[in-house]
Amino acid sequence: MLTTYREALNAAMREEMHRDDRVFLIGEEVGYYQGAFKVSKGFVEEFGPQRVLDTPITEAGFTGLAIGAAMAGLRPIVELMTFNFGILALDQIVNNAAKIRYMSGGQISVPLVIRGPGSAAHQLGAQHSQSLEAWFCHVPGLKVIAPATPYDAKGLLKSAIRDDNPVIFIEAQLLYGTKGEVSDEDVTLPIGVGDVKREGMDVTIVSYSKMLLIALQAAEELAQHGIEAEVFDLRTLKPLDVDSLCRSVKKTGRLVIVEEGWRFCGLGAQIAETVYTQAFDSLDAPIVRVTGEDVPMPYSRPLEDLALPDTQKILTAVKQLL
Amino acid sequence: MDRDDLLTLYRRMLLIRRFEEKSAEMYALAKIAGFLHLYIGEEAVAVGCLAPLHTDDYVMTAYRDHGHCLARGSDPKQVMAELFGRTTGLCKGKGGSMHLVDAQRHFMGGYAIVGGHLPLAVGLAFAVRYRKGTQVVVCFFGDGALPTGQAHEAFNLAALWKLPVIFVCENNRYGMGTPLERELSLYRDVTDRAKAHGIQAEQVDGMDVLAMRSAMERIVELIRKDPQPYFLEAMTYRFMGHSMADPAHGHYRTSSEVEQARNRDPLTLLKQTILHQALGTEADFAQAEKEVGDRVGSAVTFADESPFPSASSLYEDVDVPS
Repeated sequence: MLTTYREALNAAMREEMHRDDRVFLIGEEVGYYQGAFKVSKGFVEEFGPQRVLDTPITEAGFTGLAIGAAMAGLRPIVELMTFNFGILALDQIVNNAAKIRYMSGGQISVPLVIRGPGSAAHQLGAQHSQSLEAWFCHVPGLKVIAPATPYDAKGLLKSAIRDDNPVIFIEAQLLYGTKGEVSDEDVTLPIGVGDVKREGMDVTIVSYSKMLLIALQAAEELAQHGIEAEVFDLRTLKPLDVDSLCRSVKKTGRLVIVEEGWRFCGLGAQIAETVYTQAFDSLDAPIVRVTGEDVPMPYSRPLEDLALPDTQKILTAVKQLL
Repeated sequence: MDRDDLLTLYRRMLLIRRFEEKSAEMYALAKIAGFLHLYIGEEAVAVGCLAPLHTDDYVMTAYRDHGHCLARGSDPKQVMAELFGRTTGLCKGKGGSMHLVDAQRHFMGGYAIVGGHLPLAVGLAFAVRYRKGTQVVVCFFGDGALPTGQAHEAFNLAALWKLPVIFVCENNRYGMGTPLERELSLYRDVTDRAKAHGIQAEQVDGMDVLAMRSAMERIVELIRKDPQPYFLEAMTYRFMGHSMADPAHGHYRTSSEVEQARNRDPLTLLKQTILHQALGTEADFAQAEKEVGDRVGSAVTFADESPFPSASSLYEDVDVPS
């Protein structure tokens, strides 16, 4: 059934909340406002205010509360209105959620999902446009997922909710309205497994989240120039599906990494290192990264366009390699 | 007043006292390393507050956590082994002094980020309320946590959602080397900070174990019936420095102030009460000293003879395997 990305997330959470009454949703405007991006539309009416908690603007407080609730055996879903605001909750996420199991020698677990939009939209300014997945990937004890399609969003959110670890689930404001085929059934997708979204022989373009769609568009344009790109969707950023990615690189011999975040110390640097160490002999050319520019996101439209990857930049990168 | 009851309280405080003194010796011998924050002088707070609790109530504290852990009933052998970093420690050597956890006893941890565990404790209380339970959560922290944002986010959420958490502020008048009047703009009555959030609050003499217990019994009974947070300021004093790196009276405390505080040693106060009421004799105290001495001695032997964790355990418990 053709569904939007936001409806797919809504369905995933709804199904899991029916399946397991330890699951609850907490965040700003998730209840009576119907969700800042309408992802939790209808929830407070269906599940009641005990399970759909509207919070004050207090990210550290409510994220910590959710972690404590998870320690006591509940299975919270924290909605961050955007991951930019999640920076306020970093102490709780990094020092508590990620570490409690290890520090306690395995006595206590934190089955928690922290989800929300985590990239730029249009002209939202510097404090609302950041892609911070590299920070979360850096911390042992966290899993990080960033689905690009409604089908993947639903299947992976269900898996994230059932996972007994703290999972950072990164969506995108500009993906919420995108449509795709979604299963009505209770389908869960495995965490840590990527997906070839388009097959090709000439170059592998690896990406995730919103940039995955740009990569697919670029692949269509490349095809018109007789270049067949394989587009590999990571889906899970951590743990990285190294085997599948390297299998694709072995096939094509060339790799372009497309990511929205800042270049320096971005996730692509790690992906490149991983491929260099695991599949060096398969490479016929150096790895190329297409990234956001190392600037705070400017407001003015032409500047913002310059600061973000687009299909043209991907085409230029691919042509460099061939 | 009951003889066995009072002698039991005395023995609990004495165990903490002698354990802490022994830990200081072990630290000087480099058997314990890193940071070591001793609870000497504050024993009445942990023992008095935890005495009325049931086994399914929850306890959380900051990094000065040996006293609370022992008062909750943890085995001194396992605590000492954790301090020695051995695999037989409470947390298999993964946590250390500041991160003691005994989940079976619902001792949910020591935490190192000042004020950072308060939202976690509120989350434990949230889980109790979610499940319609009658347990309470006791959350200890120092006066140094009172200025933190996270403490106030926790107070607000607990009051807003009527969560059964007792915030016990161990006011020993110093946040590390900074006295109260240099930490807080309004320092004369710290209970005002809880009252500002609509939380009922009171001050108790933290050197008097019977006063602490009596206050807690009343508060616990209240909030089991009528879930809400409560704030208890325990006026106490640490006889040693902030940690082993700090002498008993650094540049920031006078030796006469420390001496004066020692005149109200909680063990001495209870002993005097017992003798005065003719509920015990010097022989009882000598007996207690011997029993506690043996327990602490056994704890050191056990710890010293225990193996260190194996290399293969380095990656264990980073996450829950799928």
